[in-house]
Amino acid sequence: MRLNRRSFIVGSAAATGGLALGLRLPFGPAVARAQDGSPEVGVWVAIAPNDTVYIRVVRSEMGQGTITGLAQLVAEELECNWSKVQIEYPTPGESVRRKRAWGDFSTGGSRGIRESHKYVREGGAAARMMLVQAAADQWKVPAAECRASNSVITHTPTKRTLRYGQVAEAAARLDVPKDVKLKDPKEWKLIGKPVKRLDTADKVNGKMVYGIDVKLPGMLSAAVKACPVFGGKVKSFDAAAVESMKGVKKVVQMGDDAVAVVADTWWRAKSALDKLPITWDEGENAKVSSETIAEMLKAGLDADQAFVGNQAGNAKDALAGAKKKVEAVYAYPFQNHACMEPMNITARWTPEKCELWGPTQNGEGAWAQALAASGLTADKVDVYKTMLGGGFGRRGAYPNDYVNQAVLIAKQMPGTPIKMLWSREEDMAHGRYHPIMQCKLVGGLDEKGNLTGFHMRLSGQSILAAVRPEVVAAQKGRDPNTFQGVFESGEHSFTYDIPNLLVDHAMRNTHVPPGFWRGVNINQNAVFLECFMDELAEAAGVDALEFRRRLLGKSPRALGVLNAVAQKIGWSKPAPKGVYRGLAHLKAFNSYVAGAAEISVTGNKVKVHRLVGATDPGYAVNPAQIDRQVAGSFVYGLSALFFQECTVKDGRIVESNFHDYNSMRIAQMPKVEAILHPTGGDTWGGVGEPTICVAAPAVLNALYRATGKRIRTVPLKNHGFELV
Amino acid sequence: MKLNINGKTVDLDVDPEQPLLWAIREQAGLTGTKYGCGVAQCGACTVHLDGAPVRSCSFPVSAAVGKKITTIEGLAQGGTLHKVQKAWIENDVPQCGYCQSGMIMAVAALLKDKPKPTDADINAAITNICRCGTFQQVRAAIHAAAKA
Repeated sequence: MRLNRRSFIVGSAAATGGLALGLRLPFGPAVARAQDGSPEVGVWVAIAPNDTVYIRVVRSEMGQGTITGLAQLVAEELECNWSKVQIEYPTPGESVRRKRAWGDFSTGGSRGIRESHKYVREGGAAARMMLVQAAADQWKVPAAECRASNSVITHTPTKRTLRYGQVAEAAARLDVPKDVKLKDPKEWKLIGKPVKRLDTADKVNGKMVYGIDVKLPGMLSAAVKACPVFGGKVKSFDAAAVESMKGVKKVVQMGDDAVAVVADTWWRAKSALDKLPITWDEGENAKVSSETIAEMLKAGLDADQAFVGNQAGNAKDALAGAKKKVEAVYAYPFQNHACMEPMNITARWTPEKCELWGPTQNGEGAWAQALAASGLTADKVDVYKTMLGGGFGRRGAYPNDYVNQAVLIAKQMPGTPIKMLWSREEDMAHGRYHPIMQCKLVGGLDEKGNLTGFHMRLSGQSILAAVRPEVVAAQKGRDPNTFQGVFESGEHSFTYDIPNLLVDHAMRNTHVPPGFWRGVNINQNAVFLECFMDELAEAAGVDALEFRRRLLGKSPRALGVLNAVAQKIGWSKPAPKGVYRGLAHLKAFNSYVAGAAEISVTGNKVKVHRLVGATDPGYAVNPAQIDRQVAGSFVYGLSALFFQECTVKDGRIVESNFHDYNSMRIAQMPKVEAILHPTGGDTWGGVGEPTICVAAPAVLNALYRATGKRIRTVPLKNHGFELV
Repeated sequence: MKLNINGKTVDLDVDPEQPLLWAIREQAGLTGTKYGCGVAQCGACTVHLDGAPVRSCSFPVSAAVGKKITTIEGLAQGGTLHKVQKAWIENDVPQCGYCQSGMIMAVAALLKDKPKPTDADINAAITNICRCGTFQQVRAAIHAAAKA
């Protein structure tokens, strides 16, 4: 099976100079068609005469396997031959022209599958009904006498058959049925199966086209430098100093804060940029440092004003009257996503058309930004997605980011495609960082060791205040996302039943731009909550698992995953000599997750031997890919725990590359044992992010048992610990 | 400058101090080899020079003259995938896939040197960064390729 089509066609289309990537649109009674002319049977499916099935996907593939899972959902209802399935990416421009026929493009918040499963399954079912009807019409029999399976329609009484490819043209002319009945999950044959990914073949031979690989006729490359101090501006630059360097075509400014060198190759553009004299107006933010930010957050820990995220009973009175009070302050740093593929996108602008080719987690968001930057009308703008070399939340649609820059460069060289690529250093300097947060926790225990009062005060940065201020305004200044995993209700609700509870947030925003970093706010909230639960359990003289169990009476699914990891790690039995255990759990993105770790410590060297992760997402579409998301989440989470902090000095980020912002290697990989525990129900949970948050607290809790040191700030390199 | 890439000699307009990576990607047009860090930390740019793994982002192109350069595009022989590529497909290794060209090239070099590597051999030789965290599948696929 091979992916081509649409985004993936970029490389070969460029090679032939052909750039027609749009679907052919319906005019009058004609049908819409796929790239190769195959008729569209409803918007989600197009079928070629040779039975190739093109399944449309608008969520972005960045390694999480979403295109494979979404195709399984469509194919399940379509009853097609899975070996003939290919993926086609409609463009955001097509979506706009067709009144958002494919819904939301945004690929974040672990929502690819959980928020589109119903309508894509209905799309597959509708297409099947249309194909069956077309065959029935040809045979002049009732559709109810026909059955579809494996891309073949059979007239049951006479055993006559027709292939999907034979009736697709006729089916495409039928009305899309409105009343579509979906299979009962018990009847699923493809959903729930660990089928292989659809996009592997070209990832092992160098053919897969990522944004950095886009080639267009006459294309030039741009290297970029924005003011290293966020919010600073370009004062001046001396283009003449580099314009005569080999390959250099132009030096341009974008907006008020960035400069680019355009050259025939990126290496030449970057070499010239490194030599370009630029003077910055760094502004007031140049006085900001990690220390000043920490002071500001610290003041928020005891501030009077705070937004309430969760409340029950009267926490303050309960704490005042508690037999025993436990208090601790934790902190979590800024972190960069550090996608393997640095930020990039290719843009070509003329007064008639603005087109972009590249990696984005949100095709529509990139399209809207290109539209705004281009100065053109909506019918003249489109975005062609490539494969993403990692996303993790970095490639969402952020204000004044890489899409905007690329269009502003291209506008200054009309008609010339410009591939804009950031160096790793630029990528580290201009991330959309994991928000910085401090947290003060106070717990009150009665004489029996019951947790009777609990106050969790967060102080730090809001992502939504920077990225979606309208959401914050609608909540009268509160950022509900800050409370992920500890919130009053919804997909990130708190699982513990505590009679007197207060979770609140003193919002303290910095000049460092925040972003959605895989897992988002559950990373710090799980460390704060689940490490403190261990502190409380110790103060109560109760086993850490038992202490949690007592508080999870109203959350059977949370209890389910916690018990599952406890059993698998062997919690009730002693650990091997020199090995120490820890565990943690949370509810996030409508999934219940738990983790249990086994570690050993020799001097300052920490070895994580095992990490058991349990996930209850309600439904599991592809268990093999879920296993990989769990293992991958743990790598991402452990890298953050041990190595990663972006510090601020003179208003800018200090860390510049993987030498001072390290990431795990294979030698440090623990044995990951993923338990998939789907319990059904009405809601579908995500799997790309939730499990990430339990790795750090599980290891920190084990580290306390191993060393007696309660580490309350991340990363562990700051405490002298090394992951081996 | 004349370079031998994947068995073909090509004459490229390159600057002598330019890293080999950018000659391969931009002048030779072979984009399977990836840029990740530019400072030989991540390994996404790994190619073979006379069969040995080299991080091409930090290797001057002039030093590759007269040597046989093999990139991910040249790993398969006569249309037959290398056993490492086959094992990668069989074990469904890549996630985003961006680091995998370099990972596969590093592993192919390891297996040439040590046909039956132990876990310790793998830990010592394979130091590529994968942000998706495919390491568990990478290890399984290396052992599978060693048996093939």
